Parts: sequence; structure tokens; C-alpha cells
Amino acid sequence: MSNQCNCGGIIKENDPRFAELKGFIDSLVGTKGKTMPVLQEAQKIFGFLPIEVQKFIANELEIPLSEVYGVSTFYSQFNLEPKGIHKISVCLGTACYVKGSQAVLDKLADELEVEVGETTADGVFTLEATRCLGCCGLAPVMMIDDEVYGKLEDISVIPEIIEKYYNQRLPK
Amino acid sequence: MRKISTVKELTEIKQAFTDKRQNSQNIRVIVGMGTCGISAGATPVWETIRDAAEKAGMDNVSVLPAGCIGMCTYEPIVEVKEPGKQTVTYIHVDAKKAAEIFEKHIKGGNPIPEYTIGGSMSGLEDIDFYKKQKRVALRNCGVVNPEDITEYIYKDGYFGLAKVLLEMTPAEVIDLVKASGLRGRGGAGFSTGMKWSFAAPNQADQKYIICNADEGDPGAFMDRAVLEGDPHAVLEAMAIGGYAIGATKGFIYVRAEYPVAVQRLNIAIAQAKELGLLGEKLLGTDFNFDIEIRLGAGAFVCGEETALIASIEGYRGMSRNKPPFPANKGLWGKPTCINNVETLANVAQIILNGAEWFKGFGTEKSPGTKVFALGGKINNTGLVEVPMGTTLREVIYDIGGGCPGGKKFKAVQTGGPSGGCITTENLDTPIDFDNLVAIGSMMGSGGMIVMDEDNCMIDIARFFLDFTVDESCGKCTPCREGTKRMHEILDRITSGEGSEEDLTTLKDLAENIKSTSLCGLGQTAPNPVLSTMNHFEDEYIAHVKDKKCPAGVCKSLINYEISMKCRGCTLCSRSCPAQAISGKVKEQHTIDQSTCLKCGICMNVCKFDAIIKK
Repeated sequence: MSNQCNCGGIIKENDPRFAELKGFIDSLVGTKGKTMPVLQEAQKIFGFLPIEVQKFIANELEIPLSEVYGVSTFYSQFNLEPKGIHKISVCLGTACYVKGSQAVLDKLADELEVEVGETTADGVFTLEATRCLGCCGLAPVMMIDDEVYGKLEDISVIPEIIEKYYNQRLPK
Repeated sequence: MRKISTVKELTEIKQAFTDKRQNSQNIRVIVGMGTCGISAGATPVWETIRDAAEKAGMDNVSVLPAGCIGMCTYEPIVEVKEPGKQTVTYIHVDAKKAAEIFEKHIKGGNPIPEYTIGGSMSGLEDIDFYKKQKRVALRNCGVVNPEDITEYIYKDGYFGLAKVLLEMTPAEVIDLVKASGLRGRGGAGFSTGMKWSFAAPNQADQKYIICNADEGDPGAFMDRAVLEGDPHAVLEAMAIGGYAIGATKGFIYVRAEYPVAVQRLNIAIAQAKELGLLGEKLLGTDFNFDIEIRLGAGAFVCGEETALIASIEGYRGMSRNKPPFPANKGLWGKPTCINNVETLANVAQIILNGAEWFKGFGTEKSPGTKVFALGGKINNTGLVEVPMGTTLREVIYDIGGGCPGGKKFKAVQTGGPSGGCITTENLDTPIDFDNLVAIGSMMGSGGMIVMDEDNCMIDIARFFLDFTVDESCGKCTPCREGTKRMHEILDRITSGEGSEEDLTTLKDLAENIKSTSLCGLGQTAPNPVLSTMNHFEDEYIAHVKDKKCPAGVCKSLINYEISMKCRGCTLCSRSCPAQAISGKVKEQHTIDQSTCLKCGICMNVCKFDAIIKK
């Protein structure tokens, strides 16, 4: 899948994915306020928003690059750097926090030898802290890709969970 | 399907579905598949039962998804409804149990009591959690299949819209909603009817109605439950609002973190369009109304009206000065009305049942019900909907079942990062918009986080400040710089470096930020600090003066020690990641404070309660 690209940010001008993005932009004819939907689609296609992609979007939408950059840096879901194959998000919402999710996050940082927001040197995991994931009933919670792991009061189970993902590190 | 152009056709759909359900000999198996259900493992449960039924050739079994039933602690939940028999509710179901339920109950006809609540076969409505609840906004959540519009029509769906379009003038609709006293459930509690009446008289070639589904308060998830469990209720209400104010276009601005909600909304919009309940000439009238979904991208401030508008327009989600209010100049400069999801979920019911019916619940100034998301240190986490005026004590103890592990209740935080904490002395306050403000908190969107004796209130205040520092859009200085400075002070206090002077500075900063920030985010950001300072001054003083954290949370201020209870089993010294524990077998061990990381592992592993936290 294209969104698992981890090439280090060099996107060539003739990359076929630009055509895919152009197709999406063209489908929005007559829509007002295209910037956000286009950036969201671009991130889906490229996995992140390198400057080349932002330039392309600015050109296509006929708006200044500064405006595109302003938007892409404002919202926390837009990534300007490539991400690991697996994204681990630890919920720091109130319910999880009072039930000890900081310890979950610390344990992961320790195990993976990264700081929050960083990607492991091998490009397998990106560790993130996130706002409420909305499953407060299961607090404390972490999410790996789309899978939710709840009730992590016992942090000793964490290495095993990570191991499972490390073993399936290659993109499907 | 053919487009509906009369009420008669709508009634026919309802009747046909009613007949089908009454005459059907089918066994309906309902699996709670809101986000909490899915996270707890509802998908394999659903697949197991569906596949087993298919394999057994039982085509009289329909396995249906439903939205959140509200009882998060019991997820995944499966209900088996056999014609003419009492519904059986299974809790904590996994794939293995699901297979057993299929074999013994669905196929064999023998329910399995040990998988029901308390092994007692009691239904959800029998337990204390539901007894005090009154479901208006959540009436269909966990009840209807959110992916099938006919089930919504069966529950009187779109009859409110039909009544409005065919029997009422826009002014009458606004008057009715005004008379009902419905107030915005998103936080501020402003009258919905008034809001509509501001936008209605403005002349423009285009007006908009926006559903604010950017639910961002950590710990609140009622809007997600409505969108996932009853998406049509929101669509219908938006069309009613559109008719009332003269808008033909609606936007739903929803968090990207809610993929299930987005998917169900997309399905619902497509189905409503197919039946002519959205699109052009609704129900054969000249009224056109269309809805588009826009995704947020992770910015809390976009829950603020003007920031939300900027975001839909494609800009950084920054708030601006009001006036002009959105009702006069909103999205792309056009008159715009913004309503929250839960607010909208009440609208069709008010139209159908009347203002007096709605005022029959709740208090005089806050009629109706309110959904709360109960979380934190409480036994029954989940979504509860109660009439306004219910006391906090009823919600926390009667419905929520109190704090787990026999711990002592300390405070409940309402209103998220904009609210404050409420302590034992105010637990008998009837909950409504005005009462909560009077006791120093606010309704907010309805998050209710319970804290027990093990929570440090300064740590909690710091946590909320951390949130606002991160989420401040940066436009105005008091919020951008002020919250950061407050956070630094709280950081100092929790790491044992705070002084008494810090407390004065903190209070001054808080008052300044409150009175000078541009939008609601900054104006309310200091509330968690002010409210904890007000109720737990002794804790603040303990931190700065005695350098102690009474709750034993702030790592720099606590020490672990080994008491006489130690039997010298060596388990702690073997578990200590820092090798800070020494001692001989069968002799009392000691902790070297200079190498101790204060991780607390020794305390967790000790079988003799010999480790004490000071």
C-alpha cells in the first residue's frame, strides 16, 4: 500500500501518485473550501505531506504555498515527516490519564527507545500520544494502527504486544 | 427505492416494517457495534454468530449491528430477541462465548444464564444503571440498526420533518423550539430557538446550517454515540433547522478520529437521498436540502464556532472576534447556524411531541435531558442520559456505582478542560446549566470524570493545562502565552520546586487570561486551576510548603519505603528495574532513595503490603 512509503521524503516529480491526487482535485469542481479535503486525501495517498506535495497542491488550487503550509502545520493530524509502518498512539485523555496511561506511554518510550512523536530508527514504529480516543470505558488505552488495546493497567504485557507487530513489520 | 413524496408513503414504509417485525418468526441477534463495542472485540463476535447461522442454514436468524448501548463496562454486548420471548442480554462476549451462545441458545433454545448480567438473566432495563435514565437523545442508540433507514422510519423517523414541511411555517417551527426551552448541549447552553431566530430573518442568496460534531473534550463521547447509533436523527434535525432558518445546505463537521461515525453518516446520507428525504423537493414540497460531511484534522479549538467556520473554509482553525455573529455573517460570509449533535438529536422529538412534553423533563430553566459520559474512577463507565435536575450523587452512586475498590470519592470534573471540579459538599446539587456554573464548574459537553483519593488535583489541573497549551490556536496572547506560563508554574509545583509566591502568580494569571482571551477556549482555560485551587488549597500548600503530594502521585514528592511487614521474600528486589532494593533473604529489605525511580513496581509485586508510599 502506498501509504506505507518510508522513503525518507524524496518524492520525484514524475511520481504516479501525483496523477492520483490530481484526479481527486479535479473531482472537487464546484466544491468550496477544498484545502482540507485535498490535504487529507494527499496524506492518504503519500502517507505524509512533503513540501513537494504541498507545492503541487498550492499550484493546483491556485493558492499561495504559505496558505497550504499554514493549514498543514496547524492541524495535528497532518504529518510533514514520514511515519513508521505501525503507529502506536497512547490515549492521554482524562479518563485514561487518571487510570495511568502516562505509565503506558513511558513504558513504550522505554521499550522502543524513542521519545513521544518519534519514529524508531528502523522505521517500524512511530510513538504518539493522542487525545481521547473515545473508549474511556476501556481506560487506559493504546491504539496500534486501527487496533485498540484497553485496560492496560498492567504494563508488563506491553513488550509482548509490540513484539507481535514487530514480527509483522513488513507491509502486507 | 422510489422517492417519497407524501406522508402516506412514509406511513406505508413504517407500517410495512411494523408488520414484517410483528409477523416475523426471525430471531434477531443485536451486537453493540459502536466504537467501544468494536474496541472491546465486537467484530469477531458478530462474525462468529453470522457465520455459524449461515453454516447451520438458519436463515431465520438476522445478526444486526447497533450503536452504543451505553454500558461500556459490559462490552461486547449481544442481545438475543426471539419472537414472543423475553430478550436475553449477554455481556463480555468473545468469539468463544458467541459460538456457545449460538449452539445452545439460538440453535438449541436454551439461554445461558451465566453469561448474562450477574448471571441473573436480567435485561439491561432491570439494572440500576438504566433505572434512573430517560433516553431522548439516545432513544435509538443501541436499538435501531443505524445502517438501515427503514428502522429509523419505523421509530417515527422523518415524521418530524414531514410535519414541519407540510403543516408548519418556518416561524412556527422556531416558536415551537423556543417554547420547548431547548438549550445547546455543546457547552454554553444557549437557547436553540433563539439561535435559529437570529439567522432566520437575514436575507441572503445562501444560508447554512452546520452540525458541530467536533467533539473534543477529553472524556466526552456522547456525540459519537449519537452519530454512530442514530445518524438519521441528526440529518432529520438539520433539515428541520434548515427549513426554519431558510438554509438549503448543511455541513457536518466531524472529527477525523471518528471513522465509524463518518462511515455511518455517509450511508445514512445516501439512503436519505435515495428516498427523497434529502436533496431536492423534499416530500414533494419546494424545499431543497443537502448535507455534506467535512472532516476535522485534530484541532480542539475548531469546536468554537468561528474557528470551525474557518476550518471548513479551508483555513487554519483560528477563532475571530464576535460580532459579527455567525447568524449574520458565518460560513463564506453567509448567515449560518451551528448546532451541536446532541442538541439536534432532541429536535425531531420536540416537533413530534410538542414543547410541553419536552418541558416535562428537567428543570424550569434547563428542560429536557442531558447525556453524560461517565469515566475515570467509577464502577460503571459509560453513557448515561438523565433528566436535568438529577443530582450528581444519583449519577455517580446510583447509576455509576461509586468508585471501584472501595476508594474514597474525591471530586468529579465536569466541563472538560473548560470546567471545574465538584467536591462532596456539592454532590446533592441538581444538575443543570445554571447550577453547575453556580458551584464553580460548567456543563460543557457532558464529560464527567470521577476522581478518587489516589488522584492529585494539581496533577489533574496540570494535565488540563497541558491540553489547552497544546490546543491554543495562538492567535491571542493571553491564551497563547498565559496558559504556557501557568503550565510552567504547575510543572514546578508538581516537581517540588514551587513556592508560595507561585500560587499568587498562578491566580493572577488565571484571572487575566479569563478576562482578556479572545474566544471560549482561553476564557475558560484557567477554570480547572481556579477550581482546584478553590477546593483543594490544602493540597497546593502541601506541595509548595511541605513538599509533599498527599495523593502520592507527583513522583518528585514521594518516597517508597519498606515496612516491618516485609518477610524478606526478595520479590521486590528482583523486580526493581533500578536495583535499588537490597536485603537478605528472610530479612527486612530497604530501598536506596538515591537510585529509586519511584516506578512503584515493588509496591505492585509485594504480596505482604510491606511497601508504603510516603
